[in-house]
Amino acid sequence: MKSKIYNPWFLAPLVLVYAALFLIPMIISFFFSMTIWTLTEFRFVGLYNFKTFFSEYSLRIGVKNTLLYAALTCGFKAIFGLALAVLLTSPMKTKNLIRSILFFPNLVSTIAVGMIFSSMMHPSRGLFNSLLGALGIAGPDWLGNASLALFSVIAVDVWKGVGVATVIYVAGLMAIPETYYEAASIDGAGGFQRFRMITLPLVQSSINTVIVLAFIGGIRTFDLIWTMTKGGPGFATDTMASIIYKQYAYGFYGLSTAGNVIMFLLIAAIVFPLYRFLISLEVDV
Amino acid sequence: MKLFKKMAFTVLILLISTGAVFAGGGSQGGGSGGGAGGKKQVLTFLYDKSSAFEGIQAVIDAFEVKYNVEVELEVRPAGTEGDNIIKTRLATGDMTDIFIYNTGSLLHALNPERNLVDLTGESYYGNLDNAFVTAASVNNRLYGIPSASAMIGGWLYSKKIYKELGLQVPRTWAELLANLEKCKAAGKTGLLASYKESWTAQLIILSDEYNVKALAPNFPADYTAGKAKYATTPVALRGFQKYAETRAYLNSDFMATTYNDAMDMLINGKGVHWPMLTNALSNMYALYGDKVDDIGVFGQPGDDPNNQGLTVWATDGLYIYKNSPNVELAKKFFEFYVSEEGIKAFLSVVKPNGPMHIKNVSLPANVYEGVRDMLPYFNSGKTAPALEFESPVKGPNLEQLCIEVGSGNLTPQAGAAAYDADVQKQAIQLGLSGW
Repeated sequence: MKSKIYNPWFLAPLVLVYAALFLIPMIISFFFSMTIWTLTEFRFVGLYNFKTFFSEYSLRIGVKNTLLYAALTCGFKAIFGLALAVLLTSPMKTKNLIRSILFFPNLVSTIAVGMIFSSMMHPSRGLFNSLLGALGIAGPDWLGNASLALFSVIAVDVWKGVGVATVIYVAGLMAIPETYYEAASIDGAGGFQRFRMITLPLVQSSINTVIVLAFIGGIRTFDLIWTMTKGGPGFATDTMASIIYKQYAYGFYGLSTAGNVIMFLLIAAIVFPLYRFLISLEVDV
Repeated sequence: MKLFKKMAFTVLILLISTGAVFAGGGSQGGGSGGGAGGKKQVLTFLYDKSSAFEGIQAVIDAFEVKYNVEVELEVRPAGTEGDNIIKTRLATGDMTDIFIYNTGSLLHALNPERNLVDLTGESYYGNLDNAFVTAASVNNRLYGIPSASAMIGGWLYSKKIYKELGLQVPRTWAELLANLEKCKAAGKTGLLASYKESWTAQLIILSDEYNVKALAPNFPADYTAGKAKYATTPVALRGFQKYAETRAYLNSDFMATTYNDAMDMLINGKGVHWPMLTNALSNMYALYGDKVDDIGVFGQPGDDPNNQGLTVWATDGLYIYKNSPNVELAKKFFEFYVSEEGIKAFLSVVKPNGPMHIKNVSLPANVYEGVRDMLPYFNSGKTAPALEFESPVKGPNLEQLCIEVGSGNLTPQAGAAAYDADVQKQAIQLGLSGW
């Protein structure tokens, strides 16, 4: 074994920055999540805030909605993204143009996307229902119907985010050597077999990246929901992030911090095992 | 060479960012340092962009001329975002000298003892009416002055359509429902709701306060002490039930309708009633001119035809930030604001939405028709303050719960129970005693 080249003290600046900007605030927030806090004074209340978060009508909906939102946006982005990427790496003339068009929604600010879609989803004056009306179908109230609103927002999120997933997949697909496909063709493998036996295993690391990024993004989602529905109607589209934001605005700082801790734990508890599982699916080339 | 370039770049970034910090600090100091050397003194003023500002602007203009002062305005959003901005800026010591914010229960959450200048001993204290003093005080210390006139929460209605259909102003809730039914039969949208802006959903329950107090005079006190609940006090529960009883008459797009949409529909005869605060009259006047006089106002009726009244809202307050370097100048502005001169400037550009909060100020002759409807009740004392001005307790999710009940997602009973839990959460988080 080689002797150490660098003195461990080289790490000190980094550790210092990491501790100051991440570790210490995290420990402080764990503490304040167990208090009733007015920013100047606090009273220790143990796990009361956490209990409230899981029992109170307007708060408990958050965990459920967040998980549903993260799972669905992540799933759709992973699947649609892969399908589009396979299409766009096949020999076709306009693929560069289509790639750019697909990526375009991602360049627009989420706030703008949210505002545009909420006006297109207006129940009587919106574009969607005008088109449906022209076909003789009475369109629903996309964002006003409590059982539909969350799915409307999810659809917009997928529309906006699928471009990034596609780009990641395209990069992964281009890295697969052409020779594998040639060899498989000679052995008589059909299109689906080539996809199933060559493409899918070799693009696994891209799939993992897309899933983990989309899932974490989904759990933390705030801007799109806030511009489109502000968590409404009622609490139908409230997620952890929008609930935390509202508790902060009401001046419930301890409760709001508890929400952040729950969100942190939720991400850690799901993403670490998920990532481990996904890594185990990867194959060595 | 490459390394050198990288380092130079890093140093450059560092210089720019620290430079920006110093520049930021410098410009902040500049605002407060005025006054000396003939430079104009500067007052900073944070206001919310949804409130009608013309009247306040007129007072500011007059003040600037008279005292050779400059008032710098800053805009903030309304609603949740605005709350966040105010609380964060107070907590981080970055507040403007003067700002406008709600009176009543929301004021308690600003921690006034610590953040706001106590105005109890000011010369104009005795001139403010009791309703405002109660609404803008915490623990019997006054922190704000009235930014505009009082208003009521009640039902705005189209006088034109009432005439057309031969309707009478309802004296009881049953008569109101009958009127709504007649509107429906005539093919009109009886009731406008603008739930896209969720705060507007609260008006039916909040405007019922006069009727609640008529039957349960102790409700505000018991509710504040945590003894009376919405779910178990029948007369308070009526507020939630009234959402369910009027659901059949709502405009079809009520979930996507904004405040401005509803205003437009009411004034153009596409809807007959809109439960709202009467400061909407000023907004209508600003947008539609004299058409505002087609709009009448009545208080939300209860069940007793002989006891009708109005639920009154105190206006927003103006407050002075305690650590402001310009407290004296700001106090001078406040004195001017509620002086005869200030009120004259205010009323020269806007018409009031109700009585002014200042004693001995009579209303001008040319008030809105809707305000004229309200005056007999004020003159005979048949008014009650809205609950949020008598109690610091107001659950933050009332608006969402009203929407859930109003759209049929929750029953009135379940909505009331959820609201009681929401109220309890607020009381505990704000550290009120007895919960």
